[in-house]
Amino acid sequence: MSYIPHTDVERQQMLAAIGVTTIEDLFEAVPSRYRFPKLDLPDGASEMEVAAELQSFAEANDHAGDFALFRGAGAYHHYIPSAVNHILLRGEFYTAYTPYQPEMSQGTLQAIFEYQTMIAQLTGMDGANASHYDGATSLAEAVIVGLEASRHARKKIVLSYGIHPHYRAVVRTYHQWAGLDIVGDDADHSAEDFANLIDEDTAMVAVATPDYFGRMADFRELAKRVHAAGALLVIVTNPMALALFKSPGEMGADIVVGEGQPLGIPLSYGGPYVGFFATKMGLMRRISGRIVGETLDKNGVKAYVMTLRPREQDIRRERATSNICTNQGLMALAATVYLSLMGKNGMKRAAELCYHKAHYAAAQIDHLNSYTVDQSQPFFHEFVIQCPVPVAQINAALYEAGIIGGIDLGADYPALKNHMLLCVTEMNSKDEIDTLVSILNEVSEKAGVTA
Amino acid sequence: MPSWKTPETLKYLKSDEWILIEGDMGTIGITDYAQDQLNDIVFVELPKVGDVFAKGKPFGSVESVKAASDLMMPVSGEVTEINTGLKTRPDSVNNSPFENGWIIKIKITDADNDALLDAAAYAAYCQTR
Repeated sequence: MSYIPHTDVERQQMLAAIGVTTIEDLFEAVPSRYRFPKLDLPDGASEMEVAAELQSFAEANDHAGDFALFRGAGAYHHYIPSAVNHILLRGEFYTAYTPYQPEMSQGTLQAIFEYQTMIAQLTGMDGANASHYDGATSLAEAVIVGLEASRHARKKIVLSYGIHPHYRAVVRTYHQWAGLDIVGDDADHSAEDFANLIDEDTAMVAVATPDYFGRMADFRELAKRVHAAGALLVIVTNPMALALFKSPGEMGADIVVGEGQPLGIPLSYGGPYVGFFATKMGLMRRISGRIVGETLDKNGVKAYVMTLRPREQDIRRERATSNICTNQGLMALAATVYLSLMGKNGMKRAAELCYHKAHYAAAQIDHLNSYTVDQSQPFFHEFVIQCPVPVAQINAALYEAGIIGGIDLGADYPALKNHMLLCVTEMNSKDEIDTLVSILNEVSEKAGVTA
Repeated sequence: MPSWKTPETLKYLKSDEWILIEGDMGTIGITDYAQDQLNDIVFVELPKVGDVFAKGKPFGSVESVKAASDLMMPVSGEVTEINTGLKTRPDSVNNSPFENGWIIKIKITDADNDALLDAAAYAAYCQTR
């Protein structure tokens, strides 16, 4: 293909064809005083000067790599093998966009197919789409499937308090005009009280394991209650945890969603991340997002192509499930490369390291007189600590020692004042954990708290 | 001039559904013209037995490789049978739109059929499209 710019002669011919004399004539609809506004820009600087200025801005931020990080809450600090970037940054992958023309996009399409396959295997479901923007969006999209399944006759969505507060906020924003009754997340209901919220008007129930507070749960009984009421069950999860714990598919989930950031994607100040979405075969035609299928071409050679296209918004228009007709391609690829390199055993090892280090930290902290760790439910790599002094005070002391402490839960949950959400991953060494524990101890001793 | 089959015994909608009325029961499908326009049909979304639909409302949809079309009720009724064979052989609608490719059977609750065309009117209409 060639990209030859228009010549002046061609421009004149085009202008004449549409009946104007100059290009400026095309801007007549814009009032003259706005047409060519005076822009008060500084003089252009050299590349050296620009690089130095941007560098000084960047250095104003603390970088995750400079600290011992004990913070999770939806975005996790894991080791990213260097091979991930080497593959990701290849021009063929990095610049490739929508694989509408399969004859030119087999590499991209195969990568997406592999991604879908691994996500389905991890979550214990039949199939997955090519990904969504992030975990929160995936949950919002799942709600749509729930509403469609009842042909919009049911309007109640039951959300668990344990789902990430940002995800629940996004669900409410996304569906603010749909006339829905979103309930269940007003308090940390017991399993029984939560299940009792399900009735004949419930389209969908959503829960999380691990939840925002790190707690793992078995939802097999809940799944039965949800299905008995004719509703769908969505389980929000962490893909790293799935290397160790029972898959949501085995628990009876109809849809499994979550954040794929732990799979080879850096923290990057909040994004880009990637939302995964997996479901049962019977629901595949109802879900939004891109889906890639494997087939044979006319010569009997295996080939990949976007499939189930009539679901999508560019074809179904106002009758499509959702306006989504794209995916988070590059990040899904990063997750695919990471999963391929780690494999089942590597994932299990990484998850075990997270699990054991977190449980070691929890035991050490719980052992301190003035701190209590909530171990009432099993946890993966995050847990809640009841602290004797404000979390901000503890985090200030930790920061001085080059440690980023956990989340101050009191900020989002007034009932959890002085509670910290701590996360430990394979990136935290035993020394770092021991230092954290000793600083926690020092802070409470300095504050004169004895028990 | 292309021509499509339009059996005399059936009634038709301009939206290309046909209905065979036998007493207060009806059998509904899409016409030869429709399957020809849609090309290979890959999926038929069926309602559930017991579902009730008013005349003119969508009761399901038909998907080809590149398009999805709603199926409209020619009259009001309650679904008594669905052609489950279409789940594995959606192409029956292409091969046999008036027989094996039937989509639903209904008990007619409101026989108001002023929108229904007879075979000759429908065939003439197809020639003008």
